[in-house]
Amino acid sequence: MANTESTPQPTSKPSLPVVQNFTRRAAVKGAFATLGAGAFVAAVSPLRQAAKNTTAAEFMQQHYTELSPEQKADVIARLEAEAKEQYGADVQIADDRPIPGTKFVYAINLSVCNGNGKCVEACHKENNHDRDTNQSYIRVVEMPKGTMDMEKGSTTYTGTVPKDDKFYLPVQCQQCDEPPCVDVCPVKATWKEEDGIVVVDYNWCIGCRYCEAACPYHARRFNWKKPVVPAEEINPDQSYLSNRVRPVGVVEKCTYCLHRTRRGRLPACLEACPTGARVFGNILDKDSNIRWILENKRVYILKEELGTKPAFFYYFD
Amino acid sequence: MSSITAPPGENESHVTSYPRFLGRSLWLATEGSLAFYAWMTVLTALFLVGANAWANQVAGGMIGTNMTDHVSWGLYIANFTFMVGLAAGGVMMVIPAYLYRDRKMHDVVIIGELLAIAAIVMCLMFVIADLGRPDRFWHMMPVIGKFNFPISMLTWDVIVLNGYLLLNLHICGYLLYMRYLGRKPNPVWYVPFVMLSIVWAISIHTVTAFLYCGLGGRPFWNTALLAPRFLASAFVSGPAFIIVSMVLIKRVTGVGGLDQPIATLTKIVRVTILINLLMVTSELFTEFYTGGSHTSAAKYLFFGLHGKTALVPWIWTAIGLNITAALLLLWPGLLELRRRPLLVAACCMAFVGAWIEKGMGLIVPGFIPSTLHEIVEYVPSQLEWKVTVGIWAFGLMVFTIAIKTALPTLRHPAEH
Repeated sequence: MANTESTPQPTSKPSLPVVQNFTRRAAVKGAFATLGAGAFVAAVSPLRQAAKNTTAAEFMQQHYTELSPEQKADVIARLEAEAKEQYGADVQIADDRPIPGTKFVYAINLSVCNGNGKCVEACHKENNHDRDTNQSYIRVVEMPKGTMDMEKGSTTYTGTVPKDDKFYLPVQCQQCDEPPCVDVCPVKATWKEEDGIVVVDYNWCIGCRYCEAACPYHARRFNWKKPVVPAEEINPDQSYLSNRVRPVGVVEKCTYCLHRTRRGRLPACLEACPTGARVFGNILDKDSNIRWILENKRVYILKEELGTKPAFFYYFD
Repeated sequence: MSSITAPPGENESHVTSYPRFLGRSLWLATEGSLAFYAWMTVLTALFLVGANAWANQVAGGMIGTNMTDHVSWGLYIANFTFMVGLAAGGVMMVIPAYLYRDRKMHDVVIIGELLAIAAIVMCLMFVIADLGRPDRFWHMMPVIGKFNFPISMLTWDVIVLNGYLLLNLHICGYLLYMRYLGRKPNPVWYVPFVMLSIVWAISIHTVTAFLYCGLGGRPFWNTALLAPRFLASAFVSGPAFIIVSMVLIKRVTGVGGLDQPIATLTKIVRVTILINLLMVTSELFTEFYTGGSHTSAAKYLFFGLHGKTALVPWIWTAIGLNITAALLLLWPGLLELRRRPLLVAACCMAFVGAWIEKGMGLIVPGFIPSTLHEIVEYVPSQLEWKVTVGIWAFGLMVFTIAIKTALPTLRHPAEH
């Protein structure tokens, strides 16, 4: 097809126009560019406040798995000093590692749980959650008897429990063996440890919240603001990958209280439960209570069809 | 036939002429009428408002947004997803120009490529706006950070988006530079990249859809139709934006030869908008005929659930706009020159319709009800709107400057 419009051949000279009063226009443009740059610096000045809260050492810190023992000690000392400075609390941050030959598993007896919510509260205190938002890693769903469809449940129930026509389904991180949250993380800030616990390096997370979208159990929380915890309420017994006060802008999650369980204690939610519905233990230990329950009770796995392979089980008497 | 290696200029090397080319382009891009300066001033002001809002968000935490642990992605990721589509949509100019050898389209194809650059820049800005810790951005860099490739789809997205940006920067930069040197561009240096960019354009929106449809815990997104739907709506919004841009460019700068490309793009949108509507229908049939808990999000989106109806007006607006635009586009009379305002209106409707469908109609309902079936609603906060408008203003600035730089090429298309 003929091109009706003229298509001039490229000229041998640059085709841009030569401007006459070049210097004057350049000066005017330069002045406006400077003005724009100045306005931009003023507009983003709140960033200086944010920069003050991030030390150079924190900015440069490497991924948890790449820290040498000396670097880890420095990081922990820095975090303890920050806790003192920002929260006025003397805390001890340990670096609890998995115990070889251990695979932690949790089970809840749904025939016994009465929805009293003590576990929710214990988690809130134990894990130094933000007081303003009343955060906790556990949510309890009040379900009508006769269904396992959470669509019919409620997490905002009130009144005296247990109600006759209801049963109660506490949900927290299921420490999946095929965790979708770990797969989606673009920076490997979250991973599964040898004892089955899925952890987050709060100093490596970039806060994209992809893991929050990926988790089918609503197990992850984001620090939308800097957590507020009064000095006297801070649990000083902390661990780097667990309940130390989290920085703003990162994701956090239940760690089966690894700062307790890796030292031979039980999770705080279990200790707080007045009904005895919660059972926790090492599934690799043939004589453990949890092993007996999983082998002999009727066991239910939440959203089993998704193939996430939870290390968290519900059972019935 | 020119040789494969581009020889340096007769009397100077690229080392000196390339910076001079960039300087000249910048100078030219900042020359203009009073209306141009007013337009750029308004965009700058809006951008500064957005920059300030973002700085406040970083300083005070993302509590300033209305996102929650239930609806953990909102306006930013919605816009990000839409902008990926806009970037990919430019390929609807590239395919006719290079695969079907449409001469007229070929003369102005750079508009689509420049749009891709501006859109990808906006994508990257929306991702950064959504990060809780933008100061840790370097954790995502390969080698110095920890890049979870190939398991995390987000790392794939980082690669394809940046790759697409580089491809288009190279293609546009090379063509404009050759134009500046007054030389005929050597096809060896750009045609293979153009061909690659066609495949790449499809990949960016496919990978972006995989971010969502790969999540088993979100039934609303967990559909194999998501990537095709993303592409179909991208091939509506991209060409629609370009048609409106071309009408404006013709009016403001008097560049000729745009009417035939506008007609070609209109014919493309006429088909893609119907394909998109067909896919929406198919999705809705599957959802509502099957029923059950999997349908909760769709029920919430279209009719409200348990008395919560925040998204219902949005989605019906989108459906109304899309159907009206589709009907207008089906009418052959729309292409008549005197009906340009109506064509622009139809394109704007299709564009806004696609924007709502991707954002309030796709990202947000993926989170409602939550995975524990709680219904927490989401309406963007003022801060989120400010940041969003700021990024749009910046993107329009980039696009305006890019088009201005390319004006000599558009005015006098060279043989290439």
